[in-house]
Amino acid sequence: MKLIADTGKCVGAGQCVLTEPKLFDQSEDDGTVIVLDDSPQGALLEQARTAVLICPSQALSLLE
Amino acid sequence: MTTVDQPALEFPVARTCPFEPPAEYRQIREEEPITKVRLPEGGQAWVVTKHEHVRQVLGDPRFSADRQHPDFPATVAGRRMIAKDDERPLISLDAPEHTQARRAVVGEFTVRRIEALRPRIQQIVDESIDRMIAGPRPADLVQALSLPVPSLVICEMLGVPYADHEFFQAHTTKMINRLIDPAARRAAFESIRDYMDDLITRKEADPPDDLLGRQIAKLRAEGSYRHGAMVSLGFLLLLAGHETTANMISLGTLVLLRNPEQLAALRSGASSTLDAVEEMLRYFTIVDTATARLCVEDIEIGGVRIRAGEGVLALGYAANRDPDAFDDPDAFDIERGARHHVAFGFGPHQCLGQNLARTELQIVFDTLFGRLPTLELAADVDDLPFKDDASIYGLYGLPVTW
Repeated sequence: MKLIADTGKCVGAGQCVLTEPKLFDQSEDDGTVIVLDDSPQGALLEQARTAVLICPSQALSLLE
Repeated sequence: MTTVDQPALEFPVARTCPFEPPAEYRQIREEEPITKVRLPEGGQAWVVTKHEHVRQVLGDPRFSADRQHPDFPATVAGRRMIAKDDERPLISLDAPEHTQARRAVVGEFTVRRIEALRPRIQQIVDESIDRMIAGPRPADLVQALSLPVPSLVICEMLGVPYADHEFFQAHTTKMINRLIDPAARRAAFESIRDYMDDLITRKEADPPDDLLGRQIAKLRAEGSYRHGAMVSLGFLLLLAGHETTANMISLGTLVLLRNPEQLAALRSGASSTLDAVEEMLRYFTIVDTATARLCVEDIEIGGVRIRAGEGVLALGYAANRDPDAFDDPDAFDIERGARHHVAFGFGPHQCLGQNLARTELQIVFDTLFGRLPTLELAADVDDLPFKDDASIYGLYGLPVTW
């Protein structure tokens, strides 16, 4: 599974960082998402799914 | 789907019970989840009540947030006149202007930036509780804790003198009261606006190292600085920063006191305070009708055709009690996993200060119940002054003792 972030859509709400700081960070400048690990496994993959579901701008996706 | 010429139901519907949405919400959600209602000024709008549909509306660019548009659904009579065109707030902008304006400021609200404020927030909470303990019992939690904590925090962040808090709190109370005369509401709005205008003018002379000063310096360097936009940003952050969190401190304390087993689980560390905060946000959804939109391009949602020019109220409170999104939705359950609630809205306008609010609430509840394990209500719930007349729900007072 590949974790993809569309920074063009991102609104910097920070919900992904709140969900899993091991997977996500935010740009200091404009708050947009930075993916720290784009191939999460196990429990981290579950956290990634939660982040995808919650993201208010639907900027995150998981690709097979 | 049938549409009658004049819908029977008028919105907004007042809350009659502090812990339950108006009965109409459930009825609409179950019978006709997207339906037309009358508005206070006589027009009509769709109300959207399912969680799935509310997320769709708030996430789709075919719905505009432009509160200045003549067709935008006004949920309070006379609201539209309180906006100046050259000072359109962030909440009224659409992409791409909105994206640019939000990105300019959202760096101040990242999870990491808010985390760095934690020690100072803790200190503010400790000092407020110290003063409450030193005073008489019962105490009014609203005056002792709910108002001063978020107010001090946002004042320090923005660089607004806290000494002026009584002035802007009094005017805010009038501004968000749905029942007072629109002229009085407008006067309250103008007072805070003029105050912010003066403050921004002073900061422009020599931008200080606070949020507003940094914004001025940054936007000037980019060549996109506009005085009016900064006045409206300062106004929005000041209002949103103290009023909403204050109400959640009061209501959250109340609901925890009413659920002693869950409170005990929090105190023992068996449950997480952040999870409890998410559940409180869902359970009360204090900002409900603010998530209105104007349809700018025909769209079908939930089998209903919504046409360009029609207004929509995406009812977060109805969505947050939707059984298709939350099991047993009317139960308060801090363990349920409520993070997909829409109490902060959804889509590009989702609350900018949400992580500040979460952090403040977490620190307040951990500290309050940690230091005062015997805290209890000093009044009957039925006698509490709930804000039935305000567009942001909450409590005017909360007598507590310990």
